[in-house]
Amino acid sequence: MSAPTITTADARIPLRGHLRHTGALLRRNLLWIRQDPESMADAVLFPIVFTLLFVYVFGGSIGQALGGGQDAYVQYLVPGMLAMMGMTMAQGVGTGFNQDFNSGVMDRFRSLPIGRGSVLFAKIAVELLRMLLATGVMFVVALLVGFDVTNWGGLLAAVALAVAFGSSLMWVFLTLGVTMKSVQSVQAMGFLVLMPLQFGSSIFAPTDSMPGWLQNFTDYNPLSALADASRGLMNGGPVAHDLWLTLGWSVALTAVMAPIAVHKFRTKT
Amino acid sequence: MRGLVKHYGETKALDGVDLEVREGSVMGVLGPNGAGKTTLVRILSTLLPPTAGQATVAGYDVVSQPRQLRRVIGLTGQYASVDEKLPGWENLYLIGRLLDLPRKAARARADELLERFSLTDAAKRPAGTYSGGMRRRLDLAASMIGRPSVLFLDEPTTGLDPRTRNEVWDEVKAMVGDGVTVLLTTQYMEEAEQLASELTVVDRGKVIAKGGIDELKAKVGGRTLRVKPADPLRLRPLAAHLDGLGITGLATTTVDVERGALLVPILSDEQLTAVVAAVTAQGVTLASVSTELPSLDEVFLSLTGHRASTPQDAEPTDAREEVAV
Repeated sequence: MSAPTITTADARIPLRGHLRHTGALLRRNLLWIRQDPESMADAVLFPIVFTLLFVYVFGGSIGQALGGGQDAYVQYLVPGMLAMMGMTMAQGVGTGFNQDFNSGVMDRFRSLPIGRGSVLFAKIAVELLRMLLATGVMFVVALLVGFDVTNWGGLLAAVALAVAFGSSLMWVFLTLGVTMKSVQSVQAMGFLVLMPLQFGSSIFAPTDSMPGWLQNFTDYNPLSALADASRGLMNGGPVAHDLWLTLGWSVALTAVMAPIAVHKFRTKT
Repeated sequence: MRGLVKHYGETKALDGVDLEVREGSVMGVLGPNGAGKTTLVRILSTLLPPTAGQATVAGYDVVSQPRQLRRVIGLTGQYASVDEKLPGWENLYLIGRLLDLPRKAARARADELLERFSLTDAAKRPAGTYSGGMRRRLDLAASMIGRPSVLFLDEPTTGLDPRTRNEVWDEVKAMVGDGVTVLLTTQYMEEAEQLASELTVVDRGKVIAKGGIDELKAKVGGRTLRVKPADPLRLRPLAAHLDGLGITGLATTTVDVERGALLVPILSDEQLTAVVAAVTAQGVTLASVSTELPSLDEVFLSLTGHRASTPQDAEPTDAREEVAV
């Protein structure tokens, strides 16, 4: 083994190598879940608690304003919850990764001849699975409280859109997770970003009755676009504008944040 | 491994370190907390870019050829870098896959190394449930998956009890027997003596001594004779008396007031006998006499004239070392 037999040409990692590494790391992340099933609790409980809470607390009054009752609100809320699911699950990726980073095992990964992006991709892949689980639970609860599926194709398209947007957000939170020193600060930062974005949007209530300045914010809030696009896809109505806007945001966020996250991860000391 | 040279200008952690390790040998890097040992290992294993200077490991430059370099090294970190949530076997299988072993080969290698490090029974348990010694052994196994030609052991036994420490030493010796080149950092003279053939002593990011183990041991006085008189009041006069006789030559006698003993650096059995004779000639009754390897503190004292520059002069149990960027 003493004489170096590997030439410079071998230094590049082929695509198949990247896939193999990401697969191996994904297996690791899945084993984590098997070892610690409680870590999935939030993905299961969060959609149950929030869907029920919003439907029964706001359902009556907002439903009335929508010109119906609680049923009308369920129909309005569920596509919005889909957007919220993407956001909340994406935040988890930051804290989880930060924790992982502070353990010695990252040093080992970083001393191995693998693309550093593999570690991040595997993390995102497993978080997307969590997000899909949360979304599935949310739909079960929604059906139980009277959600009406009018268009299954549209529903699937809305889920796909939420996954696309959610994964682009994950790069943002991954960057936070790599950059910030502790889990607590990642959580605090995530919370600060999350709350205004979630509530200053059309996720939970129509924006017509909000003051003008807030409407300006919600109009540009990508979560509004995602919620409205999902609404259109699931319940019918105009879709194109919000759909393109959401896709645009997803592509832009990924294009900007993914390289930053990988770079920060590569140079993290 | 070919030559390995390092220069660091700016950083406080490493202030111009030159080091060369012969292929197939074990280089011990001895130093207190904060001396820059971990920084050195992190740079050599491509985890940290050097501020200045250059280094090659197994012929590969740490800055320009990190990928090739990572293929031929193994790293065992100061704080066991195994995944605590994964079972032992899965830890090894994961590393095997990340090192591009085919599935079957990765499985076989994991089995083989668990067997070799006596962890087969614990293969299915999460590493988090392992004892300290088992975890270190798993860590060593993980660093051996890729059959590295160069192995970095960063304080492999810090925080372990003496019996477990011996276990780990045995494993390391077996690995060295396989012809691996090892760079070992440690805070213990005893560990360096057990494992290393050559030693580099670092302090505050600088090399303060290097050479063969025996050479350095002779330099610091080989062994330390601990003489405890029955009457502690006799300590200081005795120390002055011994230094006056000049038996010990290289370093002076230290008084350990707390434990009521004199620490006399000695080079030979003749000196030992002479010291004991000189003490008894003063009419002192001895409560105990023992010899020991010099502690890190004593090594530093004799090499630099000042005590090891640990931040709080801490006992070497604190495993964390400041890694300056």
